Amino acid sequence: MPSAIDKSDVQGLVRTAFNDMIEARFHAVEIIDVTSARAWLQSVLALVNNSVAPKEGGDPAQKERALQLAFSWSGLRKLGVPAGTADGFSLEFQSGMSGEANRSRRLGDVGGDAPEQWKWGGPNNVADLVVMIYKIDNLAAWETEVQGPLWSKAFREVTQPLDTSHLDNDIEPFGFKDGLSQPKVDWALSRKAKREEFDFGNLITAGEFLLGYPNEYNKLTERPTVAEKEDPNRILMPAEGAPGRRDFGLNGTYLVFRDLTQDVRGLWQFLDKQSAGDRDARLQLGALAVGRTTKGDPLVPLSEKPIAGIEPKEEKDNRFTYDSDPTGTRCPIGAHIRRANPRVADMPSDTKGFFKRALRLLGFGAPRPDDDLVSSVRFHRVLRRGREYGPELKPDDAVKQTTPDGIPRGLRFICLNANITRQFEFVQQAWSMGTKFAGLTEQSDPLLGNRTAINGCLTTATFTVPQDTGLARCIEGVPQFVSLRGGGYFFLPSIRALRYIASLP
Amino acid sequence: MTPQGNLMVLATVTAGRESELRTLLASMNRQPGVVDPDNALVPFRRLDRIHFARFVILDDRTLDDITIYKLPRVDYPLSVAFIADFDGPQNSFIDELERIAGSGLARIFACCGFGGGDLKAWMKEHRTKPAANYVNTVGRTMLEVREEAALRDFICTYLRGAGAPVVAKMTPAQVRKTLRELVKSSGIKLTPPAPTPIGWRISQLINFITGLLFIPLAILFLPILIPLGIIYLIILRLHETTDAEVDRRAAPDVQRKLAEIEDHDVANQFSAMGSLKPGWFRLLNISIGLVVINWTARHIFTRGHLGRVQTIHFARWVYLNDRKRLYFASNYDGSLDSYMDDFINKVGFGLNLVFSNGIGYPRTNYLVFDGAKDEQKFKRYIRRHQLPTEVWYDAHPGRTAVDLARNTRIREGLERSSMSDADTRQWLQLF
Repeated sequence: MPSAIDKSDVQGLVRTAFNDMIEARFHAVEIIDVTSARAWLQSVLALVNNSVAPKEGGDPAQKERALQLAFSWSGLRKLGVPAGTADGFSLEFQSGMSGEANRSRRLGDVGGDAPEQWKWGGPNNVADLVVMIYKIDNLAAWETEVQGPLWSKAFREVTQPLDTSHLDNDIEPFGFKDGLSQPKVDWALSRKAKREEFDFGNLITAGEFLLGYPNEYNKLTERPTVAEKEDPNRILMPAEGAPGRRDFGLNGTYLVFRDLTQDVRGLWQFLDKQSAGDRDARLQLGALAVGRTTKGDPLVPLSEKPIAGIEPKEEKDNRFTYDSDPTGTRCPIGAHIRRANPRVADMPSDTKGFFKRALRLLGFGAPRPDDDLVSSVRFHRVLRRGREYGPELKPDDAVKQTTPDGIPRGLRFICLNANITRQFEFVQQAWSMGTKFAGLTEQSDPLLGNRTAINGCLTTATFTVPQDTGLARCIEGVPQFVSLRGGGYFFLPSIRALRYIASLP
Repeated sequence: MTPQGNLMVLATVTAGRESELRTLLASMNRQPGVVDPDNALVPFRRLDRIHFARFVILDDRTLDDITIYKLPRVDYPLSVAFIADFDGPQNSFIDELERIAGSGLARIFACCGFGGGDLKAWMKEHRTKPAANYVNTVGRTMLEVREEAALRDFICTYLRGAGAPVVAKMTPAQVRKTLRELVKSSGIKLTPPAPTPIGWRISQLINFITGLLFIPLAILFLPILIPLGIIYLIILRLHETTDAEVDRRAAPDVQRKLAEIEDHDVANQFSAMGSLKPGWFRLLNISIGLVVINWTARHIFTRGHLGRVQTIHFARWVYLNDRKRLYFASNYDGSLDSYMDDFINKVGFGLNLVFSNGIGYPRTNYLVFDGAKDEQKFKRYIRRHQLPTEVWYDAHPGRTAVDLARNTRIREGLERSSMSDADTRQWLQLF
């Protein structure tokens, strides 16, 4: 097992979302000329940011501008990456986000959100790569420098460039503070995941986000390698545990891109209607749907004990679990952030002592009938690296807007993970879209849900707010607020692997 | 209480008639993975005692694996299985099957050696008993499932519609009283459970006591068992450290076919088969393992969970070909990946206990450790051994095991003559 991570070999997006660089634009492109594409890749290799922080001795220029590159399977194959890597690339990556009806069903990409309806990334316009460009200001000049003379010869944009915007106070388009909770990556490789972990922790093994390192099962996630003779210049590192192979996957990871539109007006007008026009009630209901106030405060009290991987400065935002709120009367079970991160450990929280442990292990001794329904969170974390787009529309203005202003707003959702199926897809399907999450029924994520009807279910468009007094407050007819316009599964290679791709004959 | 029964008819597919059989089975589906419950061959909807049913062709693609033990590949004849989980005794179910689906079944089984004549006798002849069988909630009949679902939907519709202003200002006790009266006047039927068959009770008791007898016996024979246990451990470790793994992905086209038929409902089917590791030791191991699972499923895990897993409706383990091979089938909630994650994280030890006796399984330690915890190897192993279920019927689509349990609690709460305030609040939280 490797003893340290060479951060200079890891693209910078793994370390940071480049939040200081408030200007960013993403290009989803198809390769139309392979030779030019490779030459272009050669020309920008030195510009790609790595994960060495400036304060750790990184390139000072990297503080001001960034370039990141991620490839789909079709892109890698066009560029000549050996076919044998297919044995190590995950099947979901090779199939793509839009590649199979089953995947679309599971992810909730159906109806109006089906791949056939997407602006890009659907069956006929899969992107070969995404080029992500960031800058503290004056993005255009940097973009021109990155694109260089070869750009239009090498690529065709499968959709118009994906603009982003920076909303003040780190809010997302709906008006809620965003990006508050991220797993803390164990860059030091100090964490050795145990067979069974009894406490929820936020420090996650590097192998969950980076190929080539132990994951939360203390195993190496499968990753692509090439034969030695396919790497004659020895650009790649020898693949550990695979004699005669060189490591294409090491220090790379998978990038999931979902191009989402958000109906800001629709959300706030719906909340307003449910609150009979009362501003405070509207904000409160919004907070219940999200699981945090617009300012980002959690709805449950902070835990008494510290949580591993939650730094002191973020304790007020993140030192909490839902153990104190099993019925969801403070934070609804189905609230957006409770679905996305239920904050549970491998065993139920009351598992203390040998006898109790044995009992719970066999499924007995639960304090409540709907206890222990949610999978352990540490196997299902992702690093979120998305960017908003569109101008801000404040909740109060959204309520007043009589007709839609027609300005698109939304999120270029990006997340990184080493195992797309176990991490992103699981969270999306079992937790966010799951109409049966944690013993609920007839509802999916109040923000993200597509409200698609299910055979045998009265509806999927409710949102219940449990009450201490008994009957839950039931919000019905929740519309769809978020829809999917495009996306794909990409591979974010290591710096070495980028050089390797650029060097292919 | 009416306990559930099960049936598995297993028959060899007549040479040359496989494609005809596949066409027939496919004709029962609206699309791959979605059965037409009113299909002409087996109109499942009319067989209203059924919870789940399936047809699966046992086409094992891993027969080569045995060669890692320097044994020759054995080509078993292709077979097809019809499996059903239903309420009540098997005999009367077979009668019903013949009455309602006799001609369709005759056509299907004609591809498997049924030459006309007494279909019931033929099916009985081709029955195969599971080595172990799991039922999520023993005694919850389909009638109860349907009635309780109707009750829950009725109350929820009321509470969210006309009833909302009525109950808004009520105390929990008043709400419950209102609901009780409403249900009473609505004509919603809640059939009381039928008396428990005495024969079933007796066989349960005998089986229970037989199992318990092992405890005093074990204490009595402790002086012998300890050295035996040590010898067992040594042999086990010898096997575990030398048994080879077979770690390959299933062919992409097979994986696509499997995925194509999954996730059309909130529940899914799972079928898998493989060969057992050769030799007496592994056979002994799995025999004990399955006896333990069967006994605990009959007496301990009878109320909504198998270990910590609350998402399995029915499951069975079946020996094939003289215990050379094992077939496993289950009906579970969620998608296959979350099912596998649940398994790995919650009952990895139980999986290891049984499936580590199959050829190629990820390496275990001391029978219960590791194995499934080698997550990706385990998932590849599962996918590689999985079989496409040609036809699958779920009598309560859109409802998970947790839904059914909730509905039962709703009914129980409604029928209770009195309830404390705290209990009433908890009960009302079910809606």
